[in-house]
Amino acid sequence: MSTLLKPKTAAELRDVYLRQEMMPTIFCDGCGLGNVLNYTLWALDELQVDLDQVVFVSGIGCSSRLSGYVNADGMHTTHGRALSFASGIKAANPNLKVIVFTGDGDGAGIGGNHLLHTIRRNMDMTVILVNNYIYGMTGGQSAPTTPIGGLSTTTPYGNVEYPMDICALALALEAPYVARWTVNQPYPPIKSIAQGIAKRGFALIEMLVPCPTAYGGRNGLKGVEAIWQWYRENTVLLDDFEHIMEFGTLEEQEEIKHKLKVGVLRDTERESFEERWAKLVEQVKL
Amino acid sequence: MDRALIRRALGDKVQFIQGDDACAYGALLAGCNFFAGYPITPATEVAEQMSILLPLVGGCYIQMEDEIASMGALVGASWTGAKTMTSTSGPGFSLMQENLGYAIMTETPCVVVNVQRSGPSTGQPTMGAYGDMMQARWGTHGDHEIIMLCPASIQESLDLTIVAFNLSEQFRTPVLLFIDGELGHMRERLVIPDEDELELVERPMFNGQGKYLPFATDASLVPTFAPFGSGHRTYVTGLTHNEQGLPRSSSAEIHDKLVRRLADKINNHRDQIIRYEEFYADDCDIAIITYGITARTCRDVVEQARSKGIKVGMLRLITIWPFPDDTVARWSECVQAILVPEMNLGQMIHPIREAVAGRCKVAPLFRIGGEIHTPVEILTALEELQCQLC
Repeated sequence: MSTLLKPKTAAELRDVYLRQEMMPTIFCDGCGLGNVLNYTLWALDELQVDLDQVVFVSGIGCSSRLSGYVNADGMHTTHGRALSFASGIKAANPNLKVIVFTGDGDGAGIGGNHLLHTIRRNMDMTVILVNNYIYGMTGGQSAPTTPIGGLSTTTPYGNVEYPMDICALALALEAPYVARWTVNQPYPPIKSIAQGIAKRGFALIEMLVPCPTAYGGRNGLKGVEAIWQWYRENTVLLDDFEHIMEFGTLEEQEEIKHKLKVGVLRDTERESFEERWAKLVEQVKL
Repeated sequence: MDRALIRRALGDKVQFIQGDDACAYGALLAGCNFFAGYPITPATEVAEQMSILLPLVGGCYIQMEDEIASMGALVGASWTGAKTMTSTSGPGFSLMQENLGYAIMTETPCVVVNVQRSGPSTGQPTMGAYGDMMQARWGTHGDHEIIMLCPASIQESLDLTIVAFNLSEQFRTPVLLFIDGELGHMRERLVIPDEDELELVERPMFNGQGKYLPFATDASLVPTFAPFGSGHRTYVTGLTHNEQGLPRSSSAEIHDKLVRRLADKINNHRDQIIRYEEFYADDCDIAIITYGITARTCRDVVEQARSKGIKVGMLRLITIWPFPDDTVARWSECVQAILVPEMNLGQMIHPIREAVAGRCKVAPLFRIGGEIHTPVEILTALEELQCQLC
């Protein structure tokens, strides 16, 4: 456990957890990545994790810059490959905690196959996948998450491809912890990220964030407030969804049927790769 | 890791095994405790052998989803302090180029075994070739140096795998060990060296004095290492970075300094890296310059040719990169012609010609299709060369 006193203010949090030499961040006004970093730091603080024993790993893209902002061991790797490097770190030294920051393009696009297999192995790590529906760093090209009809610099007439539900993939592969949140409400994601970090095995937390620069403005959502409003109108808390589907009127059910469910989608126990490997070594070691 | 355990895991001192297995044995003796890989002919037996051996000694074997991930896992594991290796063949080596470059940029020790097969593309999966020699040199993008070794026997596959680990640790850079499908699957007598015969090198570690700057160096040009989890809070990035490891990708000066140092740390220590073997160096008119399995045929032909009155010598390259151009230049000053047999359509002949710089004739003898050169074809080429010189 950390010997540091538990910080009480955002300023103290910044001083304890952020790498000052890396400030200011590269993020645009209204970007949701700062919120995600903030929530992650509160979660770490809540758990009183010893930062010396945490490695933050990331790939390439706006979200992947987050690993450099935390004052801990960090690895900013190649595009889409963060989970491969993270798997090597965790498998070689299971005592380290591994937290991965990735994006929708990095984690589910170019890194999709690594995501699939890292979940399948149930590597013990927390993956915070920040989904802004677009390739932000390169200036707004369509992503595997861009909605049908979504406008981007490479879908100038509207996106014809079906988007990907990343949490559904993680659920299908039996990840022990899967959650999806928007940045609108800070407290549930903080609690959820803390649960993910504490979970043994693979934890996926998908954070839906605004990208006013590369996505919002081009798609009729001018300014960050418009995107936050869009999230409010188009998502429903999983608990509310289940309650309404059971007890609500037909009109209420009709209204939420097609909304995106946010909340903890799964929280269960499953032995991790590292635990299973350690048992195997115990059995066969000379 | 427990040295006695490693030795016990390897079994009998004298064995009759294939080259792929010898690489795995060498890795274990060198202290390799982490292997990540993906099955591919004709390199699969390296991974299979590692999957048997590593759990016996408490190491970790992980089969990744592809060779991109294998290379990534290697780099991640190495930053926890592990000694790491992967194995592959041409198509997999192509996939590794991205993270191989990352390993060079981040000065991460690791060993990559490439059991070469004929390409391009899927080519001849079960047949040997030496078609990746130039890909090894320039396969990953950007300016860089690489260290590569080429054994010519099963015993040497073991011995040089240990050397590959040592060089990789000493210079904190990926080291390539290239054999081919023939050597990989051929069986020969192997003698496992005793513990006191082994010389093992570990990466230079941070001594704890003052503030740790993960990419600052002394005259060796090799930075000291502190593993993840040691409390130094190191940031590692493939971006151009300063001595602290922080991205400075818009600075021409920092990029120039970093990339030149990465090249210089290898080039300034060529004498410690370059290995070769010479036969009749002081008494020949014609030289054969060769490497890998082809060198075995050539060695035999040298004696045959000399018994027929052709004064032939031979230079066998063991270190391929950095290229021993001084040595080749020295040979070119003493002979009238150099024959270059290669199992490709001409790859190492290019740096050889560059080193020779027109001082003597350089004759190619290329063979592809997966079969090794026959003694007769090399002898015939030497006789023709002799005629041309008369």
